[in-house]
Amino acid sequence: MEFGYPVLTTLIVFPLLAAAGLFFIKSPQVARAYTMGASILELILAIPLATFKHNAEWQFVERAHWVPQWGLEYHLAVDGISYLMVVLTLAILPLCVMCSWTYISKRVKEFHFCLLFMTAACVGVFSALDFVLFYVFWEAMLIPMYLLIAVWGGDQRRYASLKFFLFTLAGSTLLLAAIVAFRITGGTFSIPELMQFPFTFQFQFWAFLAMALAFAIKVPMFPFHTWLPAAHVQAPSAGSVILAAVLLKMGTYGFLRFCLPLTPQASEYFAPMMIAISIASILYGGAIALGQEDIKKLVAYSSVGHMGFVTLGIFLFNLRGVEGALFQMLNHGIITGALFMMIGAVYERSHSRLIKDNMGLGKYLPAFMGFWGLYALASFGFPGTNGFVGEMLVFTGAFQKSYIVGAFLVPGALLGAAYMFRVSLKMAWGQPASAKTWRDLNTREWAYLLVPAVFVFYIGLAPGLIFKLIDPSVEKLVGDFKQRNTVEQKVTAEAVPAAVAAVVVPAEPVNN
Amino acid sequence: MVFNPIQIVPELYQLLLILALFFQSLGDGSDTPPAERWLPFFAGFGIFVAIVSWGAEGLIFGGAYKLDALSQFMKLAISAGFYVTVLNASRQPSLEERKRPDYFMFLALSAWGLMILSSAVELITIYLALEISSYSLYAVIPLRTTNGVGAKGAAEAGIKYILFGAVATALALYGFSYILASQHTSYISQLALRTWTWDGAPMAVVGLSLFLGGMFYKLALFPFHFWCPDVYQGASNETAGFVATLPKLGAVVVLVRLAVLLKPGLEITTLLAILGACSMTYGNLCALAQKDLKRLLGFSSVAHAGYIMVGLVSGTAMGLSAAVFYALAYLVMNLLCFWVISRVASDGRNLQLDDLNGLYKRAPALAFALGVGAFALVGLPPTIGFMGKFFLITSAWDHGYNWLVITLVLNSAIAIYYYLSLVRHAYTHEADETLAAPDNSAFSIAGASLLAALVLVLGLVPGRVFDFAIMAGKQLIP
Repeated sequence: MEFGYPVLTTLIVFPLLAAAGLFFIKSPQVARAYTMGASILELILAIPLATFKHNAEWQFVERAHWVPQWGLEYHLAVDGISYLMVVLTLAILPLCVMCSWTYISKRVKEFHFCLLFMTAACVGVFSALDFVLFYVFWEAMLIPMYLLIAVWGGDQRRYASLKFFLFTLAGSTLLLAAIVAFRITGGTFSIPELMQFPFTFQFQFWAFLAMALAFAIKVPMFPFHTWLPAAHVQAPSAGSVILAAVLLKMGTYGFLRFCLPLTPQASEYFAPMMIAISIASILYGGAIALGQEDIKKLVAYSSVGHMGFVTLGIFLFNLRGVEGALFQMLNHGIITGALFMMIGAVYERSHSRLIKDNMGLGKYLPAFMGFWGLYALASFGFPGTNGFVGEMLVFTGAFQKSYIVGAFLVPGALLGAAYMFRVSLKMAWGQPASAKTWRDLNTREWAYLLVPAVFVFYIGLAPGLIFKLIDPSVEKLVGDFKQRNTVEQKVTAEAVPAAVAAVVVPAEPVNN
Repeated sequence: MVFNPIQIVPELYQLLLILALFFQSLGDGSDTPPAERWLPFFAGFGIFVAIVSWGAEGLIFGGAYKLDALSQFMKLAISAGFYVTVLNASRQPSLEERKRPDYFMFLALSAWGLMILSSAVELITIYLALEISSYSLYAVIPLRTTNGVGAKGAAEAGIKYILFGAVATALALYGFSYILASQHTSYISQLALRTWTWDGAPMAVVGLSLFLGGMFYKLALFPFHFWCPDVYQGASNETAGFVATLPKLGAVVVLVRLAVLLKPGLEITTLLAILGACSMTYGNLCALAQKDLKRLLGFSSVAHAGYIMVGLVSGTAMGLSAAVFYALAYLVMNLLCFWVISRVASDGRNLQLDDLNGLYKRAPALAFALGVGAFALVGLPPTIGFMGKFFLITSAWDHGYNWLVITLVLNSAIAIYYYLSLVRHAYTHEADETLAAPDNSAFSIAGASLLAALVLVLGLVPGRVFDFAIMAGKQLIP
C-alpha cells in the first residue's frame, strides 16, 4: 500500500512540527485554535490507517538503519494490538485540547506544546518495533507528562510530579538493562526477530522480572500504584485524561508485546503471582475507591481496579482473557478519559473536587448528570455499554482458567458498582445542592463529551468491528505463546529436536 | 619514521597561541586589543587546524608520541571544547581586566598539555603532559575577584586542588617506579605484552594501581574526588566550566590507552569496576543533598567518572569506543550546563538552586537549554547522554561485570532527583523579584542553543561520530 507518505512516521513527526510552530504564536486563543487544528489534521493524516487489513501481519512497516554500528534500526509497524492504541492516542488529543480550552489559562503555548510532544511520543511507543526505539519513546514521554503535572497541576503538583517521575524512571532503568541483555543474548534489537529466539529459562526468569517491574509500575499494579492517585489528583484535566487513557495502557501493552512473546516460559511461571497481584489490585482499588471523598481520587483508584482486570486477562493466556484485556484497555481509555474530562468541567464550576461540594447537580445540570450517569454505568460494566464487553470477556476467560480466580472477580465487579453508585447518587440528588447558579454544559463541553459517548454505545452494542481488528493478532499471540511453551518444555524435558516437537505437538487449535 | 610537522600542527598552533598570550601579558595591555576580543577567533580557527591533521598517523619522538585515530579525535574535541570555554570566559565578570591575558594563557597551556596527553604512549611522557595541564590549572583557579564568594573561597579552592594534585601525582610517580622496576619498560605497547595478574607480577599491579590513581584524580573518581565539589564551588563559574570538562577528556584518553592492560577478570580490572560502582553511587547520593549548583555538578561529575569505568573494564574495542564516546557526551553536556550557569550568574556569583526560580520567564532559551542539559546528564532519550549510556552498557554486558551495569542503571534512578530539581526550579517555581537579570543577549542564546542542538542531534543520530570512536577503539584492541 502506498499513500505517498510514510504514515506512522508522519503521525510521529507532524505533532512535533506543529509543536515547534507554536513558538511563533503570541495569543493564547490562537494557540488553542492552532493546536485544535493540528490535532484534527493529525487525525486526517491518520486516514490511511483505515486500510488496516484484518490479519496478524505487521502493517505500515517502515524500516531503516539508525545506528548500524550497534544494530539499531528505525523500525515502525502496527498489528491489531498496537493499532487500537495508536488510534486511541490520536483520538484523545483533540478532546484534550477542547477540555482544557478554559481550564488552562497560564502558559497556554507551553501547555499545548507538551500535549503535542506527548502525542508524538505515545504513537512512537505503540508503533516501535525496535527495542531501543521503543525505549526512547517510552522515556521521552516522561518529560512532557512531568511538565504537565508540575506546571499546570494543583497545590501539591511538585510532590506529585516528582513521585510520578521517580517511580516510572526507577522502573524503566532495569528495562534498559533487560533490553541490552536481550540484544547480547538474542543478537538483535528487532522485536519480531527476538520473538523467534529461544531464550533459556534462567534468562527469561530475570528478563521477565526486569520488564515486569517497569510495566507493573506503569500500569500500575497493586504495590506500585501509589504514584497514580497523587498524579491524577494534581494533574490538570487534560493531563489526567492522557495519563488514564494512554499512559497506563503502555504498561499493559508492554506485557502483551514483550513479556508474553519474549519470555513465554517465565510468564507461565510467574502467572500465578501476576494473577494474584491483579486480583489484589482489583479488590484493593475498588475498596479504597469506596472510601474517597475526592471525586478525582475515586476515579483514580477505580483505574487501579480496572487495570487489574486488564493484567488479569493478559495472564490468563487464553483467547477470551487477552481479548478482554484489550477491550478493557480501550474501554478504560474511553470511559475514564471521559470521567476525568467531566471532573474537569465540574471543577471549573465549583472549584472543588470534593463530593460534598458537588452535590445535587441533577436538577440544575441535567445534561451533565446524564453524561456522568452514562459513563458511571459504563465504568462498572453495565450491559449495553462498552465496559460490559470487556469485563464479560475477562470473566469468561477467568472462569475458563479456574473457578477460584473467577470467584475473586465477583466482589471486584460489585465494588465497582458500589463506589460508582455512591458518588453518582450524591452528585445527582445529594443535599444541599450546591449547583443552583451553575450553567449546564455549553456547546464545547457537549462536543467533547459526546464523542466518547458514541464509542461507549458503539463498542457496547456492536463490538464486532473491534473483534475483527484484534482477533488475528490475539490468536497469533496466544497461539505462539502456547506453541513456544509446549515446544520448549518438550525440548527441555525429552531433548526432542525443536522441529520434530513442533510436528508432534501442534499448537493448540484456537476456537473462536 | 620521518618527522613531519604537519602531524602535530594542532599542538604547534596551540603553542603559538600560548606564546602570543604570554607576550601580551608582559605589557600593561594598553596598546594591544584585549585578549577576550581576539582569542575566540583564533581558538575557533584551532578547530580547523585540528581537522587538518585529522588523518595523521605515526609514532614519533622515539616512540613516545603516537598519532592515531584516538589522539586526533581527542585533539579535535579538546580544541572544540577550548573554543567554547574561551567564548564562555570572554565575558567573565569576576576577572580583572589586566589579568585576562594571563588567565587565557594558562587555560591555553592546560589545553595544550591535554593535547599532548592524548598522544602520549609512554608513562613519563604521560606524566609530564599531565603536569603541564595540571600546573596551569593550579594558577587559574584562584583568579576570581571579590564579588560574592570572593577571592578567599577561590584561593581555598586553589590550595585544595594543588594539595590533592601533589599527593596524587606523588602517588602516581611512586607507582611508576614500581612498574618500571618490575616490567622494565615504560612504553604502553611493551607493557601490554607483560603479565598483569597478581600472582605473576604483584609489584606491577600495585604500581599500576597507584599510577592510575593519578588519572583518577584528574577524572575525580572515588576515592580521589574530594577536591572536585570544593574546587568547582570556589572557582569562578567559567573556570569551573573548564576544570569540569577538558581535563576529564585527558584522563579518559590515558585510561583508554592503559585499558589494553586491563583484561576482564584481572584483579586490577575488578578494582576499577568496584571504584566505578562506588564512584557513581557515592557521587549521586551526595549530589542529592546539594543546594549549590556547581557543587551539585561536581558530585555529578564524580558519578559520571564512575560511568566511564563501565566501558573501560569490558576489555573490548566496543567498550573503549563507548568510553570515548561517553567522554565526548560528558564534555558537551557539561559545557552546556556551565554555559547556562555562567550566563544566568551574570554578576559572577555562585548560583544556588533557588536562583534558578522562574528562569522559564526570565530567560526562556536558557531555561530550555538547561532542561536539555539536565535530562541529558540523567541519560534520558533523545539526548547524547542516553546514547552514551546505552553504548556503555551494551558494550559491557556479558563481559563479567553485569553487576556493574545494573549498578549503573539503578544509579540513573537516583540521579534523576537532583537533575530534575534543576528543571523543577527553572520551570515550576516563580521568580523572586530581587534576582539579578540573566544574560539574554544574542551571544548567550546562540551559544546555549547551539550546544543544546548538539546534545539533541548527537542523541538522535550518533552514528557518524560514533564511527570515529570505533576507529579509535579498534586501533587499540583490534
